[in-house]
Amino acid sequence: MDMQPIVRVRKLNAWFGAAHAVKNVSLEVEPHSVTAIIGPSGCGKSTFIRCLNRLHEEVPDARAHGEVFLGDTNIYGEGIDPVVIRRKIGMVFQKPNPFPAASVFDNVAAGLKLAGIRKKALLMERVERSLRHAALWDEVKAKLGSPGMSLSGGQLQRLCIARALAVEPSVLLMDEPTSALDPIATKKIEELIVNLRKEVTIIIVTHNMQQAARISDRTAFLLLGELIEFGATSEIFTVPKEKQTEAYITGKFG
Amino acid sequence: MITFSEIAAQGYTKRKFKNRLMCLLFFVAALVALTPLFSIMGYVFIKGVGSINWSFLTQLPAPVGESGGGMANALVGTCVLIVLASIIGMTSGLATGIYLSEYGRGKLATIIRFSADMLSSVPSIVIGLFVYILIVRPMQSFSALAGGVALGVIMIPTIARSAEELLKLVPASVREAGLALGLPRWKVTIWIVLKGSLSGIITGVMLAIARVAGETAPLLFTALGNRFWSWNLTQPIGSLPVQIFTYSISPFEEWHRQAWAGALVLVLLVFSINLGARFVFRPQISRD
Repeated sequence: MDMQPIVRVRKLNAWFGAAHAVKNVSLEVEPHSVTAIIGPSGCGKSTFIRCLNRLHEEVPDARAHGEVFLGDTNIYGEGIDPVVIRRKIGMVFQKPNPFPAASVFDNVAAGLKLAGIRKKALLMERVERSLRHAALWDEVKAKLGSPGMSLSGGQLQRLCIARALAVEPSVLLMDEPTSALDPIATKKIEELIVNLRKEVTIIIVTHNMQQAARISDRTAFLLLGELIEFGATSEIFTVPKEKQTEAYITGKFG
Repeated sequence: MITFSEIAAQGYTKRKFKNRLMCLLFFVAALVALTPLFSIMGYVFIKGVGSINWSFLTQLPAPVGESGGGMANALVGTCVLIVLASIIGMTSGLATGIYLSEYGRGKLATIIRFSADMLSSVPSIVIGLFVYILIVRPMQSFSALAGGVALGVIMIPTIARSAEELLKLVPASVREAGLALGLPRWKVTIWIVLKGSLSGIITGVMLAIARVAGETAPLLFTALGNRFWSWNLTQPIGSLPVQIFTYSISPFEEWHRQAWAGALVLVLLVFSINLGARFVFRPQISRD
């Protein structure tokens, strides 16, 4: 893991109106790793990762301040277009949110098609590859033309993962991607996250500590918008340095 | 001693009876409400069906005093007016709906929304008057164009508000998913949000069309009416409602019969647009 970090967050702050949701968070993420963000509800986990692709600012009254480097580029730098940033940093949401009235194929191809790619062969190739990476190909290859909505909840979430992967981002943000799913669907997605590490760097918010322990390389613990502790997952869950971390992972609050 | 099950059974019979009674009352009420609808339909059908024939649908009105002839010009005229109205109503209405749902915040949006609601409650004859001043007077001629504008203006608020409501049904998370793919907001709006609710919006447009297809008052002093073919949009044009109006206030028996036939054609036209709208809108399977 002696690589240059792919994402470096420096003194990131975020607000909703007057509420200070993320306070001075700094951390670094290595390429091809899985980083878990844990913490009790309302601690700013989601807000934090929504700042990493500048989606936070799309909410009325929301703003963010600080530096987030993707490679050498500060995505909060002057003249940086958030639209371009979001092509490099994809996102999967809490609830599956397929595009309405669009087929399985069109859901996955949407990002490419709307970016102007028209070549059928290229679209087909990328859709297949994305669906394979999302471990969904075998289940949907025979019904690429049927409505996205016809899939089950777990399949829908994997469809959303495939959709995010299709534009080939270098970082994939996941905001509690399994919280709306049953245990079997959750297990499938956890497995694919571990495999996806070869393709993208993953930052995942989870309220499920066991999940963080199972799939992540490093874990960040947020509390009331502050980063309490950040380190190797194996250490956070066995020998946490901070009292608050220990209290949280042993279930004293949360 | 009375057992619990006996009390329960007593209450059950009583409640069941009340339930049946209320059910019957509601059924009767619904029947009363539907009676005018069916009697109008039935009456128009009985009166009109005898005079509908091929020549009625394909020929121009016969000169006064002669029998035969038809309303082909009015039928085509209504179609022309609907197309003109739709062009105006759809572009303006959709744009307003998209603005209100996707971009509109604060005072301006509230004002626009309120104005749309006001506009939809303005009597259609007032809109006709407005178009008369705006178009007919400056052009110094009644015209198909003026008629189309009048009907189009009536369509705007209906389409705008139904489009707004339907676009708002698309969850915010879907918009975020589009933005998170690195798409600019306008592309997300048009190709994901609008496209996703297209069937509902088409339904709204069709219902708006069905509503204006039977409008008479605003056409009286905009499109006026025409007993001949008219392919020039700056000239007066015939339409079913106006033709029905002029025929039914005339003293000729033959014209009265034709007015009924015209009414039947108009009712069937509106009816089939409504049915079509229902057919287009088959709701998506939703999991939320």
